[in-house]
Amino acid sequence: MSDDTVNNQGFSPRIVAFFCNWCTYTAADLAGTSRMSYAPNVRVVRVMCSGRLDPQFILTALRNGADGVLIGGCHPGDCHYQEGNYKALRRFMLLQKFLEAMGIEPERVRLEWIAASEGDKVQRVINEMTETIRKLGPLQLEKRNLGEIEESVVLSHPETVTVSQGGTHE
Amino acid sequence: MSKPKVAFYWCASCGGCEEAVVDLNEAVLDVVEAVDIIFWPVALDFKRSDVEAMADSELAVAFINGAIRSSEQEEMVRLLRRKSQLVIAFGSCAHLGGIPGLANTFNRAEMMDTVYHKAPSVTNDENTEPQPEYDAPEGRVTLPHLWNTVKTLDQVIKVDFYLPGCPPPVNLIVEAVEKILNNQLPEPGSVLAPDIALCEECPRRDTKPDKIAIKKFYRPFEIDIDPEKCLLAQGLLCMGICTRKGCGAACIKANMPCTGCMGPTSHVPDFGTKVLSSFASMVDANDENEIAEILNKIVDPTGTFFRYSLPASLLHRSYNHAAKGGK
Repeated sequence: MSDDTVNNQGFSPRIVAFFCNWCTYTAADLAGTSRMSYAPNVRVVRVMCSGRLDPQFILTALRNGADGVLIGGCHPGDCHYQEGNYKALRRFMLLQKFLEAMGIEPERVRLEWIAASEGDKVQRVINEMTETIRKLGPLQLEKRNLGEIEESVVLSHPETVTVSQGGTHE
Repeated sequence: MSKPKVAFYWCASCGGCEEAVVDLNEAVLDVVEAVDIIFWPVALDFKRSDVEAMADSELAVAFINGAIRSSEQEEMVRLLRRKSQLVIAFGSCAHLGGIPGLANTFNRAEMMDTVYHKAPSVTNDENTEPQPEYDAPEGRVTLPHLWNTVKTLDQVIKVDFYLPGCPPPVNLIVEAVEKILNNQLPEPGSVLAPDIALCEECPRRDTKPDKIAIKKFYRPFEIDIDPEKCLLAQGLLCMGICTRKGCGAACIKANMPCTGCMGPTSHVPDFGTKVLSSFASMVDANDENEIAEILNKIVDPTGTFFRYSLPASLLHRSYNHAAKGGK
């Protein structure tokens, strides 16, 4: 049993959150010290700036079992590094186009500007996103990637490495 | 002492990699001098049974090009793996999935539907589709199964080295053969090309701005391309920033942007996602609507950024229609 609350659908979303050190992470701290309760489905990774977020991090999280990814940065104009959050926004917008083309629901990746004083917004966004993902269901890339007839074909030389459909490229 | 035995094989590819071997010109004589090519279906009349009859590891090297998308290809590469001491993924398709890998934006059912029914040039009144097995009056005939997902070579068998490029540049092929013959190969799993981005050897390097800010992206046919100036500075989607060098900037010398066939340097796991990130960062706007407008000029993000690497990417394929699966 994990620390997640299990809802009556038996699905407890796993959300990876990347929060910027200066605004959103501080806001999450504030939410904590203010004893605000929110869904325990988010695993927070602190990054120095939302502009540090390589889209590869997001896809790696999805590939490795996350059902959604939440990105939190400073409000426009407030970035500690001047324009890191704008970079995050541009990357997020282009990544969304790619995710849509790949058949991954855009709601699974969410970008929010949350200032250091907005502990209540951390609470609200996490609760909202947990509900959204719960409704969408698990991502389960490997299972959605149906092998269908692959498994039933008998190869003449099957003795080497077996890799699941879709592969495990390293 | 007998000469090392070498095999060439192709899977889902266009034949350009075979051309690259022919492009060795005179150098091919040195290669033939040094090794025995014992299996090369495109050029020599040896059969699968000849390979099957060999002892395990009897082949010194198998150069395999093309992605893997059918049961036949998978069987052949497994066979070649068993018979070879070294397997080299030759070219973009074997390395990263290549152009055939873009089929991963569709599934098999959609592809069959387009190819055998919906394509405007198709007449198929009887609605025939190729079947894996068919009982003809002369007996049962079979075809290989087509996989739903295109895979890179290393998603199917262990690969020792990679020769990147579409096709691999001749000088890199010659270097690789020399390294094999002289036992000077790098660490297993290496890509046999310089581990540095193309910008480093680009003839337009000095015209690359320190900070690239793009207000409008262009496709090559939309503008008169300045033959001297950095292509990024002209708003073209040149992938040289993320692509391994080693090709001598051939496309750029022909005044065309790099499309990324050499794949990423060793620091980047997912070429397409990285290059997507780089171009997004270059967008010269902070307003959401303006950013959207600029990004809309990138007509086909998947086909542009993942042109050679969709199967090797973190997502591997589209999940759009996965629930329907194949027929």
